[in-house]
Amino acid sequence: MPHINLGSIDYTILGVYFAFVLGIGWVVRRYVKGSEDFFLAGRSIPAWIAGLAFLSANLGAQEVIGMAASGAKYGMMTSHFYWLGAIPAMVFVGIFMMPFYYGSRARSVPEYLKLRFDEKTRGFNAITFAVMTVFSSGISMYALAKLLELVLGWNFHMSVVLSAVIVLVYIFLGGLTSAIYNEVLQFFLIVLGFLPLVLLGLKDVGGWAGLTAKLDTVATNAGYSAGAWSSSWRHLDSATANPMGVEWFGLAMGLGFVLSFGYWCTDFLVVQRAMAAESMTAARRTPLLAAIPKMLFPALVILPGMIAIALHTTGGGLLPVGADGTPNYNLAVPVMLAHYLPSGLLGLGLTALMASFMSGMAGNVTAFNTVWTYDIYQSYLRPGQSDRHYLRMGHAATVFGILLSVAAAYATTRFNNIMDMLQLVFAFVNAPLFATFLLGMFWRRATGHGAFFGLLTGTAAAAIHHGLVLSHGAVPGLKGGFLGAVLHTYPSEMAQNFWTAICAWTTCFVATIVISLLTANNKSDDDLSGLVYSLTPRQQDGGMPWYKRPATLGVVVLGLTAVLNIIFW
Amino acid sequence: MNLDLRLPIGLMFSIFGVLLVAFGFLSDAAIYDRSLGINVNLWWGLVLLAFGLAMLGFAVRARRTAASPG
Repeated sequence: MPHINLGSIDYTILGVYFAFVLGIGWVVRRYVKGSEDFFLAGRSIPAWIAGLAFLSANLGAQEVIGMAASGAKYGMMTSHFYWLGAIPAMVFVGIFMMPFYYGSRARSVPEYLKLRFDEKTRGFNAITFAVMTVFSSGISMYALAKLLELVLGWNFHMSVVLSAVIVLVYIFLGGLTSAIYNEVLQFFLIVLGFLPLVLLGLKDVGGWAGLTAKLDTVATNAGYSAGAWSSSWRHLDSATANPMGVEWFGLAMGLGFVLSFGYWCTDFLVVQRAMAAESMTAARRTPLLAAIPKMLFPALVILPGMIAIALHTTGGGLLPVGADGTPNYNLAVPVMLAHYLPSGLLGLGLTALMASFMSGMAGNVTAFNTVWTYDIYQSYLRPGQSDRHYLRMGHAATVFGILLSVAAAYATTRFNNIMDMLQLVFAFVNAPLFATFLLGMFWRRATGHGAFFGLLTGTAAAAIHHGLVLSHGAVPGLKGGFLGAVLHTYPSEMAQNFWTAICAWTTCFVATIVISLLTANNKSDDDLSGLVYSLTPRQQDGGMPWYKRPATLGVVVLGLTAVLNIIFW
Repeated sequence: MNLDLRLPIGLMFSIFGVLLVAFGFLSDAAIYDRSLGINVNLWWGLVLLAFGLAMLGFAVRARRTAASPG
């Protein structure tokens, strides 16, 4: 595709944004006095700020680009990632899990595992998590630089170095506070930068009615019944009736339960934002307040993809088409930006894209430096040092975390399939983890051996399932079937992933129970107070006005989400 | 924390608003063909300016309330 030319107004907007991001780092640097200030923002962040940061840290460039790509590829069903997956999981983490995370005063998710179970479970989680964060920020750096190269003709190395240096500077200066404050700025920028695109696109296709009419053509052209691209639930009774290739059970269990709860409840990247909140109530409200804007995000990130495919199919080739005739879905957002936005707003849209990338990367880097310093360095390498020592280590970890991410970005350019492979490994590790947490928080008899070996068995089960199945049209190898025999073929890769997750979760859940019952429980009820539901005093919210109570907020959020599901049924 | 986050947010969006409104007035109408003939820089610039000024307004008011005795 031809490069988009930016005018001086576009570069000015980008420049102003960079100045503000660095300026915030500069201003908050004086608040960093000890390691808790650097890693946990001194536990002083108000709920609304933590909530928006909670949202923004997850809203990386991959999310913005990927959700639009799925919107084009699968249509309205992509909304399940939000209305079936993320929102219920965020309500659950706010109401049921934050009391343990925040109340235990653990400084990280692995540290909670250490308090609840034992050292080896913490070690396993800390190491896999640290590796995962480095690779995710590397992969997203790669994705962004490739995109800028393709769309704007920017030099790949320059994009990598520029984005890495800016993120490095502002985290180095102000630690988590700086990352969180910038994430809030980035949140508003992403919303206000992409909104004009959505509005113009909708106006162009003739509103929602015009869009659904065009999407009916998309659906019938692809061999599905009309409406397959514009409804979320209606075509879920069989896997062959919808483009995602799943039926309602696989979707609800795999995506809605295992993958979404696994991510939002156990991933330190997001949980860290809530741990930085100023009080227990603020920490519990963080994911709930985040859920409110999150509900509306499908309009911002999925809709552009749906509009792009509608115009592509009915208006004649908007998206670049690959050799095999399928459109390049990943280019939906940049193509739409170039299609509708003139110089000026184009600069704002690209700045929003950069902002989403930076917020995602900063999320990874701050989570990495905390887990590295507290859970690996302080626990295994140099225990018992002064707080100043660990603060210095945090600064150093920020630098080498970013250097490792850059290395990972270049590794991705060398080996095409490293990205697919890592995403596979993440799925293997993440899905069973939620079973470990669920049992750890709600069943006091779960033991350290049970948790550790349950996790290993669950991860192995994921690998075995993946090795024995394949998705339609894929060749054996990374995409599955590497164990020699193919027992089942799923209609789509997504369906295959959902079932891998279900299999891993169930195995971990059962194995943890069995092994726990067979091993001795070496934690007394006193040890577990504040860590397990039945041994923790209930939160008293009676004195608060109703709109501030986490439980009421949770019910309201779930109710609104149900309404959205019904409207777009 | 002593930094009121609404200050930098308000300031940044006010600057964006002013830049876009000014550019909307100065730019050639031909560039708006792709945005369905609407001068989106002007209109969206006004939206950003309003948002930025509102944020600044809240921040200034909060500071005044905090400064006044009682």
